[in-house]
Amino acid sequence: MRMNRVADRLPALLTFLIGLILTLLPLPSIIDPFRPSWIALLIIFWAIYSPQIWSVGSAWIIGIFIDVTQGSFLGQHALAFSFIAFITIRFHLIIRFFPLLQLTFTILPILAIYQFLLFWINGVGDNNAPLLNYWGPVISSTALWPFILISLSGLRNRI
Amino acid sequence: MVAPRENNKSPVRFSILGFKFLGLIILSILLMYLDNRNDHLGLVRKGISAAIYPVRMLVDSPFQLWEWLEESISTRSDLKQKLNKLKLEKLLTDGRLQKLSSLEAENKRLRALLNVRLKISDKTLIAEIMSANANPYDHSVVINLGTKDGVFDGHALIGSDGVIGQVIKADLLSSIAMLISDTDHALPVEVNRNGLRTIVVGTGTIDTLELPFVVNNADINVGDLLVTSGFSGTFPAGYPVAIINSVTRIPHQSYAKVTATPAASLGQTREVLLVSSESIQSYKLNENE
Repeated sequence: MRMNRVADRLPALLTFLIGLILTLLPLPSIIDPFRPSWIALLIIFWAIYSPQIWSVGSAWIIGIFIDVTQGSFLGQHALAFSFIAFITIRFHLIIRFFPLLQLTFTILPILAIYQFLLFWINGVGDNNAPLLNYWGPVISSTALWPFILISLSGLRNRI
Repeated sequence: MVAPRENNKSPVRFSILGFKFLGLIILSILLMYLDNRNDHLGLVRKGISAAIYPVRMLVDSPFQLWEWLEESISTRSDLKQKLNKLKLEKLLTDGRLQKLSSLEAENKRLRALLNVRLKISDKTLIAEIMSANANPYDHSVVINLGTKDGVFDGHALIGSDGVIGQVIKADLLSSIAMLISDTDHALPVEVNRNGLRTIVVGTGTIDTLELPFVVNNADINVGDLLVTSGFSGTFPAGYPVAIINSVTRIPHQSYAKVTATPAASLGQTREVLLVSSESIQSYKLNENE
């Protein structure tokens, strides 16, 4: 039983590892403000399609890891990730059957809430960055969602 | 922990998820509070950071490989040219250095005459900026040295042309450093020409710094070099920081609008020096114990 669960989680873990690498990858400073929130996209995907193994707890733990790599407040990304995981899981039975376009436009507000939480906590912690910096990832991530969805669904169906 | 079943639609499922979520939120807020207030969680951070180090290495490895390839593929004549250039440069710097030692001795004597505390020579470490980017919302970099190499919070980062930033989170194997262009970074400087003291603040743009507290009638001009004044206790005195590129005096306001360009190319540097005066370091180490 236990082995089985580890095996179940392995593909998703691999995608998170790739997501972490993409998050750390240096980009030219022109594109950098539009770096997609890879991890947030992955958390939404796995929360929609495998909520029985990827729940708020996993999202929280991944968030702690991201907080350490990015040097943000310990708990900031953890809170934001578990929040989006919560919303997604709460509505995953509805969201799952949306057509692609509608699904993409459902992702947009979830990502906006995610970025707003980060912005808000940064503001409370007196760590100010221009508000404009927070919109780039929302736009690029939403634009990337269909590709993530198609490629990961392919992966998920093969297992 | 009970994993919520996918097709169990009883209200119990939601409440378990809801409770878990609520608990995690409270835990996050508690963590953030502790993390922000004092450094209780340093150990947790250091542990996880060490766990992530292999991923950082992985991300950095293509760049390392590229550098290595570039070095090993370059031709003999290229290398020879480079060597000659370096030799010439070394000759020039050696010449300047000779003068420096006599100047240093003179400076020491004069300071002794004036009864000023002796300036202790600076200690340096050579570090490399890993290609891994840290936080997208502020200007920071990750360097490949950590507390095991003697890096501490507040260690000054100097490039070949000037000040780059300072270490904000020293972990075991790597550290995160904030660039001087970050909006949260302020640095006490003085104008090299006349010793006018002021503060340089980052703007969030990589090639612009701001001097918000220069009074309208201050003697400051475009082209003036700003150097660290050493008053912060973080940066040793005398390193170039920026060059003034615009001074706008607004008649009925008390402060002039002054901007400067960083002396070091913040976006491109890869090799950096970690500099600390000995007095600062021993103070920081005592504080840690």
